[in-house]
Amino acid sequence: MNAVPLGMPAFPAAARDATRNTTLRRNLRHATHTIRDRRAAAVAELDDWAGLRAAGAAVKDQTLRHLDHYLEQAEAAVTAAGGQVHWAADADEANRIVADLVRATGETEVVKIKSMATQEIGLNEALAEVGITAYETDLAELIVQLGEDRPSHILVPAIHRNRTEIRDIFRKTMGEWGIPAPEGMSDEPRELAEAARLHLREKFLRAKVAVSGANFLVAETGTLVVVESEGNGRMCLTLPETLISVVGIEKVVPTWRDLEVFLQLLPRSSTAERMNPYTSTWTGVTDGDGPREFHLVLLDNGRTKILADEVGRQTLRCIRCSACLNVCPVYERAGGHAYGSVYPGPIGAILTPQLRGTTSEIDASLPYASSLCGACYEVCPVAIDIPEVLVHLREKVTEQRGHVVERAALRAAGWVMRDPKRYTALQRAAVRTRAVHPRKVPLPGWGKAWSATRDLPALPAESFRTWWQHRDTPGGTT
Amino acid sequence: MTDSRDLILGRIRSALVGVDRAEHPANEPVARDYHDSHTDTGLANLLARNLTDYRAHVHRAAEAELPGLIGRLLAARGARTLAVPPGLPTDWLPGDSGTRILHDDGTLTATELDRVDSVLTGCAVAIAETGTLVLDAGPDQGRRMLTLVPDHHICVVRTGDQIVASVPQALRRLDPERPQTWISGPSATSDIELNRVEGVHGPRTLDVVLIAEG
Repeated sequence: MNAVPLGMPAFPAAARDATRNTTLRRNLRHATHTIRDRRAAAVAELDDWAGLRAAGAAVKDQTLRHLDHYLEQAEAAVTAAGGQVHWAADADEANRIVADLVRATGETEVVKIKSMATQEIGLNEALAEVGITAYETDLAELIVQLGEDRPSHILVPAIHRNRTEIRDIFRKTMGEWGIPAPEGMSDEPRELAEAARLHLREKFLRAKVAVSGANFLVAETGTLVVVESEGNGRMCLTLPETLISVVGIEKVVPTWRDLEVFLQLLPRSSTAERMNPYTSTWTGVTDGDGPREFHLVLLDNGRTKILADEVGRQTLRCIRCSACLNVCPVYERAGGHAYGSVYPGPIGAILTPQLRGTTSEIDASLPYASSLCGACYEVCPVAIDIPEVLVHLREKVTEQRGHVVERAALRAAGWVMRDPKRYTALQRAAVRTRAVHPRKVPLPGWGKAWSATRDLPALPAESFRTWWQHRDTPGGTT
Repeated sequence: MTDSRDLILGRIRSALVGVDRAEHPANEPVARDYHDSHTDTGLANLLARNLTDYRAHVHRAAEAELPGLIGRLLAARGARTLAVPPGLPTDWLPGDSGTRILHDDGTLTATELDRVDSVLTGCAVAIAETGTLVLDAGPDQGRRMLTLVPDHHICVVRTGDQIVASVPQALRRLDPERPQTWISGPSATSDIELNRVEGVHGPRTLDVVLIAEG
């Protein structure tokens, strides 16, 4: 994965700044609450949602258990259909492959469909270094690119911007990139969308090379699938002469039939629609219809490391729907930028530290960017147990670094709990000394931030175990 | 490049040491505890309702009424040019309506199509539960570009044999080797404060004509 953004503070510091930005919090609260209610309604329409969700998880798990088999099958099918397959072990290699492919066409411009994988590898920046301009064509990505900003949501990358901010960005910068914003453009969403249509249409009609990601890659047929709303995806997939798709190795699904699960799970989880406005599928190249040259770049970039971790492996089921962001109380308040990665929210808190490792301060802090409330797991269409992976990653972080106090506390707890006699004795002692327990424990130093906002829970007069033992005894407390 | 291929496949194999290599995926079918469809009656009405919900305009006609209806839809927009795919039934076309008809023979460029007002096609299959039209570049649908660049798309659906209930049923009818476009309402975005706005890059107006046969 690409490096951590320069000067990125750990999650708590970044989140503290974000929570003080009231405009940001208002924008985010409005957006996440709107979409979470709509999602719930869209999901409630299907009485077999639980079965679809289980099947989605099972298909992905089975694919991951045989990932080498399916990737080789996909490679053979894409090649047979006239495409060329490239393998990229890391971000640098993927960027180099794409840059070389673009240079081979003699072009210096590409149009791009929103793609998490190309953001993850920092493709636009890598192309700029070799003199190739990449134009983002998704409306929200355009807002982010023109505003020299970073995306803050998987589905709605400019969720942190309101209409007035967007109008100002368009007015100020569209002219520098191409066709300027129309005179007298207001901040009505319709007018802003119209400005984007005009600005980008000229680029679509001129473009010879497009870069995309993909939502799914069907192994048995070599078919790629892109799910979108605006039509910028169709433009990029259809009009240029050369198409380059950068696809994470975990995007493969075994069969064409398997799409029946994911094309039901994804739109309802993501945009809360029965179906998104446009879905494109293509297999290699087709005579007289669409690009004449198709390249598939299969990207590892840390994914095989996740595969090797049997608890973390489920992270690779993710279909990037972003439902977990929209229900997360931490994301709603902290916003996407605090996560310091293109993958924000609960899924980012488990994906980023596994892709990048936990050597930087921000990445080591991400597994803690959660209250473990479990709402993310509830809405996940492929049943990723995000809290389970978070706890697993916390263990890894504490093993690796000097969290001395936490480690000592866990070790002491382990010693007590391993022996029922020790456990009972400690409980009894705790109950007997109840009267002298403090309400607060003001910790010194870094612990103060934690203890200052928390009261100790009051202990009941009797432990559950004691009550249970005496529940039928006359005179026992009931 | 071959090196990275071997490297990645090698990494995968060592990551999966816990998986029995004799285990073959074909021998472990996944449990599919979900419905093949959620409804099986009133498909045309359900399709119409769901298309309308996503702001497509739905019309109904007998096949013989098509030329008149299409003529009216074009006239209402003041369309001067209409592009059609090579295999479109000629008896769908409006008569002397004043709209110039361009038969796409595969040479129209995107820039030329950008000046075309409307496009008229059939479809491969329509999905009632999701309000989706699927185009698979068949002779009455044409190249993908044709239904993308003009701002107005009229799509004709034969209710007798082209509507299925569900996504699973649609996939069984479709050939993955053909390039497909699944269309559920006109182009839209919710990127600005999550307000849905119709029409960014694809056709901003989608007229769907359901024809009853026989």
